Amino acid sequence: MSLEAMARGQWGPAAVGLIVGLFLLAFLVVPVVNVIYVAFQDPNTGALTLINFVDFFRNNLFQESAINSIYVALMSVVLASCFALPLAYFTTRFNFGGAILIQTLGVLPLIMPPFVGAVAMLLLLGENGSVNLLLDEWFGFKVPFMEGLNGVILVESIHYFPFILMNLSASLNNIDRSMEESAQNLGASGMRLFRRIVFPLAMPGYVAGASLVFLKVFDDIGTPLLLNINNMLAPQAYLRIASIGISDPMGYVISVILVIFSLLALWTSFLALRNKDYATVQKGGGGLMKRDLRPWEKAACYGVVVFILLLVLSPHFGLAILSLGTVWSFSVLPDAYTYAHYLRVISDSSEFITNTLLYAGLAAGIDVVFGTAIAYIVLRTGLAGRQWLDYAAMGAVAIPGVVLGIGYLRTFYAFNVPIIDKPLASWWVIIVVALAIRRLPYALRACMAALQQLSVMLEEAAENLGATKGRTIYRVVVPLMSGGIVAGFITSFATAAVELSTTIMLVSQESDAPLAFGIYEFMQSAAGRGPGAALGIIAVVIVGVATYVSHRFIQRKETRQTPDMAIVAGV
Amino acid sequence: MASQNAASVVIEQLSLAYDTTDVLKDVDLRIEPGELFTFLGPSGSGKSTLLRAVAGFGPAPRGRILIGEDDVTRLPPWRRNVGMVFQSYALWPHMTVRRNVAFGLEERKTPAAEIPKRIDAALDMVGLLELAERRPSQLSGGQQQRVALARTIVVEPRVLLLDEPLSNLDANLRVQMRREILDLQRELELTTIFVTHDQEEANTISDRIAVLDDGILQQVGAPMELYDEPVNRFVAHFLGTANLMDGRIETGADGARFAAAGGIAVPLSGEVHAPGEEHTAVFRPQDIAIAKPGETLPGIVLTGRVQHREFLGNLLRYSVVIGEDTLLVDDTHHPGRRAFAVGDDVAVGLRGEQVRILER
Repeated sequence: MSLEAMARGQWGPAAVGLIVGLFLLAFLVVPVVNVIYVAFQDPNTGALTLINFVDFFRNNLFQESAINSIYVALMSVVLASCFALPLAYFTTRFNFGGAILIQTLGVLPLIMPPFVGAVAMLLLLGENGSVNLLLDEWFGFKVPFMEGLNGVILVESIHYFPFILMNLSASLNNIDRSMEESAQNLGASGMRLFRRIVFPLAMPGYVAGASLVFLKVFDDIGTPLLLNINNMLAPQAYLRIASIGISDPMGYVISVILVIFSLLALWTSFLALRNKDYATVQKGGGGLMKRDLRPWEKAACYGVVVFILLLVLSPHFGLAILSLGTVWSFSVLPDAYTYAHYLRVISDSSEFITNTLLYAGLAAGIDVVFGTAIAYIVLRTGLAGRQWLDYAAMGAVAIPGVVLGIGYLRTFYAFNVPIIDKPLASWWVIIVVALAIRRLPYALRACMAALQQLSVMLEEAAENLGATKGRTIYRVVVPLMSGGIVAGFITSFATAAVELSTTIMLVSQESDAPLAFGIYEFMQSAAGRGPGAALGIIAVVIVGVATYVSHRFIQRKETRQTPDMAIVAGV
Repeated sequence: MASQNAASVVIEQLSLAYDTTDVLKDVDLRIEPGELFTFLGPSGSGKSTLLRAVAGFGPAPRGRILIGEDDVTRLPPWRRNVGMVFQSYALWPHMTVRRNVAFGLEERKTPAAEIPKRIDAALDMVGLLELAERRPSQLSGGQQQRVALARTIVVEPRVLLLDEPLSNLDANLRVQMRREILDLQRELELTTIFVTHDQEEANTISDRIAVLDDGILQQVGAPMELYDEPVNRFVAHFLGTANLMDGRIETGADGARFAAAGGIAVPLSGEVHAPGEEHTAVFRPQDIAIAKPGETLPGIVLTGRVQHREFLGNLLRYSVVIGEDTLLVDDTHHPGRRAFAVGDDVAVGLRGEQVRILER
């Protein structure tokens, strides 16, 4: 395309890019910069100072919180690795019946908010939970699974270990057997082969997954709050703002520290993956050499797999029982079963459900529209500064939900929305905006990947036959990206539907609250646990169905299109 | 589909750069209406870039491109009305064959009543009418190629551009498609530009060939002309196997002769060259005769030793070391005919009129 034609054809993308850029500036950059700025501001004089940080490090509670947060995040990575490594290794390395089922079940924990699982875990593994009651009865001792920080570590690692499982399995699956065969051909075998070839090739995937777990655990506020653990950083940030108020500088200082740790975790993952495009699968190859297991090996492997799956799925079981039980306290199982909780939440609390569908749907819609626009601008136009759209949108990954929430409160409380005459920070729309910003990276990556796979020639062919840029996008680009767009929509939708960290700060009245907030409210009281669990199950079902539908949709598209996509990509 | 569309393509002083790398340098070309014209060159020569510039893709070039009377240099691709068949075919996987072929007609706002007829005619022309409802993924490589052709010719472009269209096909299919493309081109009398790196493909299909190297147009001509009268070392080497010897022209009592740096001297006839200049002599392996030492041979006779031998089916190719030079000599192969072995002493005969002298 000639320069002049470019200049002529680019006002459209430029205008769209400008709108997206302004949106990111207003709702991501400005609030975050504001938070950082306030952290360095003297609360009385407004002058720039480090005094807030000095105060922070002098305070015993904050010191303890920082140490606890780091400890919990690191231990969660360790425990999550213990869950993920056997599952990933067994299913990619051996001929294993049900490998796909195991991988699928292994991802299930992700589709439930971690704090929801926490309540169920208390009832199953808590001091007076089912397991400890049985242990006490049979053997006369109890195990403090859920005692203090242990509980947070257990709940978080069960919830987030799929990140390691997925990344590590992908890495292992991307190692071509020719890598292994050539090493064997040159004389390596057994442990040596594993240490020198398999392990280094799989390492980037593991580190990427592990740093994601660290980041997520470090930022989570719902789980510690629900388990009544307040002496950690993220809950402290929330509590300072919620109890002392929006002007207390400590909430901002903690926010800055949370952002720094997020960035460190992302930097680690970036270093691990940099220059390591380790997809070694050759034409006609695929995956590591799989070996058959001897019967006793097979039994042992299945034993380990079943144990891990039972453990990581226990929140789901516990929640299901809780939602159907009448009273469940100091007993192995509930006294009796009933549908009453479901009836109650559907008649009384359906607002939570409709709000969630509305917010998550709108947010995911914004995300795929912006995601598609950014992907197209970055990959297909020569607009100046286009990379910055990508960086800014991806930057949302590094911003913990609580930080974004505090930023919104600080920045938009003074901003009155005209017609409704309310601060923007307490209007329900701000929840949608927050969800859209937080989930934009997911949708963007999906759209980017979809567009990258699309050969430019498919667009050139359309232009060559007389279609303008706009017509080409409409008739060729978007239809062929639809798999990625749907995947991005569902990922954004599913994760937005169970988001709590930001929403907890932005919900100003109960009628505006989404599911996750409603569950959190219910779970505060013993009487609310049944209905809370019922809502939790409803959330899991919504997310589960959405995920399943998108998988089916994408698979259908792939089987239909893959053969010649491969040809196009092969050139 | 008819011939009134056939337009000439004129490329004037065309230069093009990716960032700071020059990809095309001052290319001047005129392609006649209805001609099958080939851009031939190694990878990186700029041949595909030149073709894409005609279609309006890639960075903005300097210079002009005219199709017929129209200057299209500044037109976006969708307003040029040149049909391009992509190397990978670029069939849209989400549309059936029929929808793929319909695309260009729809974008051109062809009356709806006319579209099915024209699709059928185009698919019929490439012999794929019965596969119209298939998706591209359900077709073989050769069928995909035909759909790509049908999709392009159905809009009756003024010029047909083919970017290495045969490179994704296996050897047998390639020969067959080559003929089909040629038949189609003749039937439609469509000005066609064909890009390839394969000299055999270029020779068999083209009316004329433009040889490109390093972004520079080296030579334009009919296939035989390029083979027999290459203007420089690159063209001589790229089109077929050639012996190239550096040396100088000397004039003696019996006329001009070429004296190679390695010691071989060849009397020259015909063309007149100024003596003393640095030149390169080109001659083809099949123009040299080979025999046992002492046998009669035409032209000047040199003796040497066989260093390598390759059996190529229809001929034997010897590398013969003569002094400091090594010559390639082809000898036709027939069953029972004598063959020389590596290490044999041989005589070779070379006639002055078969040597072409290049300026250096």
